[in-house]
Amino acid sequence: MIRLDKVTKVYPDGTEAVREVSFSVEKGELCVLLGPSGCGKTTTMKMINCLIPVTSGTIFIDGVDNTSMNENALRRNIGYAIQDVGLFPHMTVGENIATVPVLKGWPKAKQIQRARELLGLLRMDPYEFMDKYPRELSGGQRQRVGVARALGADPPVLLMDEPFGAIDPITRVDLQNELLKVQQEIRKTIIFVTHDIYEAIKMGDKIALMNEGRLVQYAPPADLLFRPKDEFVASFVGTDRALKGLQLIRTQEVMRRDAPTVNLDETVAIAKERMKQERTNWLAVIDAEERFAGWIGSADLEKGDKVKGVMTTSVVTASRNAVLSEALSLMLTSGLNVLAIVDSSNRLEGVVTFESIQASLKEAVYVEPSP
Amino acid sequence: MRHHIILLSLLVVLLSATTWVTSLGKVGIYTTFSYGDLLYSAWAHFRMVFVAVIIASAIGVPLGILVTRPGLEKLALPVIGGASVGQSIPSLAVIAIMAPMLGFGLQSAIVALAIYGILPIVRNAYASIKAIDPAIIEAARGMGLTRMQIARKIEVPLARPVIMAGIRISTVITVGTAELAVLVGGTGLGKITLTGVFAREALIILQGAAPTAAMAITLGFLLERVEQWMTPRGMKMANHVS
Repeated sequence: MIRLDKVTKVYPDGTEAVREVSFSVEKGELCVLLGPSGCGKTTTMKMINCLIPVTSGTIFIDGVDNTSMNENALRRNIGYAIQDVGLFPHMTVGENIATVPVLKGWPKAKQIQRARELLGLLRMDPYEFMDKYPRELSGGQRQRVGVARALGADPPVLLMDEPFGAIDPITRVDLQNELLKVQQEIRKTIIFVTHDIYEAIKMGDKIALMNEGRLVQYAPPADLLFRPKDEFVASFVGTDRALKGLQLIRTQEVMRRDAPTVNLDETVAIAKERMKQERTNWLAVIDAEERFAGWIGSADLEKGDKVKGVMTTSVVTASRNAVLSEALSLMLTSGLNVLAIVDSSNRLEGVVTFESIQASLKEAVYVEPSP
Repeated sequence: MRHHIILLSLLVVLLSATTWVTSLGKVGIYTTFSYGDLLYSAWAHFRMVFVAVIIASAIGVPLGILVTRPGLEKLALPVIGGASVGQSIPSLAVIAIMAPMLGFGLQSAIVALAIYGILPIVRNAYASIKAIDPAIIEAARGMGLTRMQIARKIEVPLARPVIMAGIRISTVITVGTAELAVLVGGTGLGKITLTGVFAREALIILQGAAPTAAMAITLGFLLERVEQWMTPRGMKMANHVS
């Protein structure tokens, strides 16, 4: 979809911002351009939509050299979102989102419908926000509108320059999750610039790590973490790469689906029997609708005859989309070595244990080296 | 709101003072100017200011915007710096210089007023464009707006209120400066004020000065309304919040 071929940028004053960078991004992939500040990642991104002209080399979009296209027509087919958002303060949220549709001459009704749709996609109530002005929004909301505006005319490609860089950490995590969820649906080809390795690992299908204008390693996040190509990559990734790796794996990939359970209303004798059968010293307690209620351990068995009376009730759960670092953090703070994975109506889907997390990391670290 | 009450009371005081002096008929050995004289001079004064500010805006706004454009940025320093230095020259000096150059008469008064009035207009026009957050322009470029579209849809609406403020400031200043126009052959309320000055009669000075001040206040107020009306809705709220 996007292919860079020996792209070089030299500024008139002789600074070489980007040097012979080549890589390609497949359709529907999210590619993160990562690196320390001044490494050329933003310059590389801006050459894709011709905001910065290339000095030498070629950028192909869908096989077509991007300099052969009309600059503005090209940009209208590439969504663009930046750190400072740059919403137009004199236009409403709806008008902002409809910027490119207006340029493209979409009929009014379609513009409005599209803006509403996009607000909904980014979890903002269209009826509340369509007619608001940027100044009335919080930082996180502005950022969402910025993303919605980039998606305005449904472009196949999206360029995002540290889109979540200027917002507080909690909102940032929300927006990252939101974008990942949206991406599942819309499958755009996204170039995402960041200097934050955690963000890169979390967001990227592939990461292009740059340093001093050169592309150092272009690989999926797991490879970057566990098979760094050189010293620079290893030091950029850091010695806590196993912890970072926890961000890569979702609970659904490691959870045990046939977790041993016992019903709330059953007797302790049945629980004891089941523990023996399963050779375990804990059971997840569920109610009649399979909703997670808590845990019962072998130590609890002597305290009474009904499961309901002796169990430890717990509300600490995670979803199947949570990453292992979140799961592990919940387990550490709750003091249990198992964590219940539940769906949106709190029904038990499986459990994650310390052992399963450890095993999954081992697997990631010792992947067969690629030829 | 308070601001309005203060302006209104000031206006009432100034107009009452004018009416009072006019109704006296005679001050010492001098006859006061009649209502007819007052109205005629006020109208002439207004016309002179109006023409001068129109000329100043017609030159100042494009000039201020032009020096923000890429390629012409080098001219920004001389133009804006020149404007600032120019404004520090006393208005009387500007008018005095004009007379020998353009001769005595209304035209030379208007040219002098326009030159002096251009300064706040150029400065505000320049600042209005420069004050736009670069991220807004970058986003617009990145989305494929042409240069013209950026100017028309983004820069002009955002810059308009600030440009208008420059025109308002210029108008208010010019109403005052125009008092001196009579020295180089112009007309206006300055005629009355200066008569008072030469006669050493404070009340006659007041008869010319009070309506001038009233005109400045009124025009300033009206143009402030225009300015608010020109401010896009999304920007107005900022003023209420902050």
